[in-house]
Amino acid sequence: MSFDLEDCYTKMNAGEVLLAYKGSITAELITNVLGVVETKLDGVINKSSAKKKIYNILVESLQNLFHHVDELPDEYNDQFDIHFGIFVVSKINENYKISTGNFISVDKVEELKKRLDKIMSLSKDELKELYKFVLNNQQFSEKGGGGLGLIDIARRTDGNIDYSIDSFDEKYSFFNLNINIESKVNKVI
Amino acid sequence: MESISIEGTPKTPTIKFNAETGVIEIKGRSIPENSIEFYKPLVEWLEEYLKTPQKSTIVNIQLEYFNTSSSKCILDVFKKLEAIKKARNEVVINWYYEEDDEDMLEAGEDYESIIRVPFKMIEVVD
Repeated sequence: MSFDLEDCYTKMNAGEVLLAYKGSITAELITNVLGVVETKLDGVINKSSAKKKIYNILVESLQNLFHHVDELPDEYNDQFDIHFGIFVVSKINENYKISTGNFISVDKVEELKKRLDKIMSLSKDELKELYKFVLNNQQFSEKGGGGLGLIDIARRTDGNIDYSIDSFDEKYSFFNLNINIESKVNKVI
Repeated sequence: MESISIEGTPKTPTIKFNAETGVIEIKGRSIPENSIEFYKPLVEWLEEYLKTPQKSTIVNIQLEYFNTSSSKCILDVFKKLEAIKKARNEVVINWYYEEDDEDMLEAGEDYESIIRVPFKMIEVVD
């Protein structure tokens, strides 16, 4: 079965959608989206720490997308800007979900899989140690990413992430990351 | 030396670095896509300050949000402070976090375990 972009976007739009976007991922767009989502969250969540968690993860996931949207299959060249990406923020029961999607070149697939599978296999303490190690030892990449985004997201969600990588053509695959956030609004501390 | 005073924006924090009082403040949000550009002059200022620092340097960090790009730059700031401390000057980092914001407290503790400067964790109650 071949990958279908429209199909994927439709699936990502499940649940109560707070915001969905398909197009060019720019710094300006991220600023605007953060403003909109923050206002929306103010209206639906009272607990400041839950709001902050969602906001923080949204910042990290959108900026992660921003640093990696530089691949687009030829057949979409007329339709989309080169910095093409998708994201959806939705609410499912009391929990929140942030999904992102972008094309990646096939030669990066194995490395990304390895990285994600490793991050997803780590315990809370192991993630903390890995975060501190990368923070203290790794230099910024050319794209300005610090290699900490995915680790940070996994830490904040207690590893509650999943992903899929679908083959698109011989040159590109599509990477879909799903981040599940328990808002813990009813949790008594 | 000149002090630094920068107004905050939705993506960058308010900065007040005062060489005469030895008080260094970073407050607000630090979520730029590329934070190196923002933090580079601050790290350079600290390099200059560490030549003739005050006997006591007080650092107030009160961040509502910061992204992972900023976290590396904040570590660079702290490494300069560590050098000031190492040269036998007093340095204290006050790390403010909002009540219930466990992620922000934990972020402070991460830095505390990497940097050899005393941290004070201060909970801010509304």
